[in-house]
Amino acid sequence: MDPGQLIIFLLKAVAVVLAVMTLAGYTVLAERKVAGWIQGRTGPNRTALPILGAIPVVGTFLRRLGVFQPLADVGKFLFKEEPFPGHVNKLYYLLAPALAFIPAMTTVTVLPFGQHDGAPLVLANLDIGILFILAVSSLGVYGIILGGWASNSKYPFLGGVRSSAQMISYELALGLSILPVFLWTGGTLNLHAVVQEQTHVWFLFVQPLSALIFLVALFAETNRMPFDMPEAETELVAGYNTEYGAFGFGLFFLAEYTHIIIGSGVFTVLFLGGWNLWLPFPEGIFGAVLSVLVFLAKVLCLVFFFIWVRWTLPRFRYDQIMNLGWRILLPLALANLIFYAIAIAVIDRVL
Amino acid sequence: MSDILFYAFAAITVFSAFMVVCSRNPVNAALFMIAAFVGAAALFALLEAFFLAAVQVLVYAGAVIVLFLFIIMLLDVERTRALRPGLVSLAASAAALGLLVVGVLWLFAWEGAGPLVDARGSDAPAALARNFGYELFTRYLLPVQVTGFLLLVAMIGVIHISKRPARDTAAEPKGEEANP
Repeated sequence: MDPGQLIIFLLKAVAVVLAVMTLAGYTVLAERKVAGWIQGRTGPNRTALPILGAIPVVGTFLRRLGVFQPLADVGKFLFKEEPFPGHVNKLYYLLAPALAFIPAMTTVTVLPFGQHDGAPLVLANLDIGILFILAVSSLGVYGIILGGWASNSKYPFLGGVRSSAQMISYELALGLSILPVFLWTGGTLNLHAVVQEQTHVWFLFVQPLSALIFLVALFAETNRMPFDMPEAETELVAGYNTEYGAFGFGLFFLAEYTHIIIGSGVFTVLFLGGWNLWLPFPEGIFGAVLSVLVFLAKVLCLVFFFIWVRWTLPRFRYDQIMNLGWRILLPLALANLIFYAIAIAVIDRVL
Repeated sequence: MSDILFYAFAAITVFSAFMVVCSRNPVNAALFMIAAFVGAAALFALLEAFFLAAVQVLVYAGAVIVLFLFIIMLLDVERTRALRPGLVSLAASAAALGLLVVGVLWLFAWEGAGPLVDARGSDAPAALARNFGYELFTRYLLPVQVTGFLLLVAMIGVIHISKRPARDTAAEPKGEEANP
């Protein structure tokens, strides 16, 4: 690989990573705004930048919308004093936030987010794209488990242990639920091929049960509300990140929201047709931008769904979560897989 | 470039594997094991066996070690007495390891492992999921069946060991049944 190509590739990677991090920051804002809206509050509406905030109408509007809030949050995470408890295992305490954050960001590399004249816009168009995502995101649990253990304090520890049990339980259902999708596309594990297969009909309508199981397992894997056992506030203070402040907490927080965005992205690619909109895209750069916008719109709708569910549903009890995972979702995912395997074999034989 | 990467990943894998055995703290050992597994996966990726690499990370680094850590942390192994193997078991393991080394050396140096096949490219057995599955269920069907049977035996053993008298299980709250 010559240096010019390498530099272009690095620039692309940095651009995608920055885009995802910005999205994660604004997802936090969206969470606070939607939470406020659902609970009849206003949410963040005070932060203002010196010059932009002073513009008569637009500035006030943006301030009320809370657009500048994520900047203030990031500034706080970066410059706040780093508390360092004396009773922690130092190495793992420092390592854990990075271990949570790195896998979350790494999965971005294989997620196709648009098309340019038929070719996918993706950092690495791997043949085994979905396996890569599953493999790397399965490493994310170590950040939580180690953070809880290294804090050497009982609530974080319980949060970490709960999280590991929950993630193991739902990983199986998650993996099994998407197998029928790849059976349908003819055995390729490439995500771009899956999107191309959905030019006319989204897999959500072909395999609704797969989509449902995947979505439920996704909520559990991202530790979102009905499944947010690792940080159940009423029981565990703040769960695995109780002993963290400032930058460490910021990294955990960012990792969590990155997981939601990537999870929504994967769901969009697998079940919502990626950037397909039943219409062919125009050629050239305009079509490329349009496809990325369509993809983003679908992802943002799903992110909104995640937030909506969090502020609407109550939390499960721990044994209910384990029952749901092992006694309902896993057998359902297996039955779903067998059903589609037989159905696809029959369709292949008949047609 | 590929050579440098190979030596780097091989060094990481061997060093981590060594540290797994030498670490006194079981959590350290488990984490070095993750590093060793990921290093091995990187070596698979260098051989263009991407499917094998992904599965290695997914199954071993992602799932198995989580269970290890889970058990280590729940049992609080760190504070229990350090294990001191007796003379007999020490001698037995040394003899077993010696036999293993001699066997491997004999296999490669004298017997020869057969002609080397270039297992790269898109139709190599470990490159694509399709090729992998096809080879597994045609040419290597017997080993797959035997492995599956072994796992079944292990599972029945686990169920038998973990089974307690009826009055104990009735008092026990139904907790996690995590065991893939």
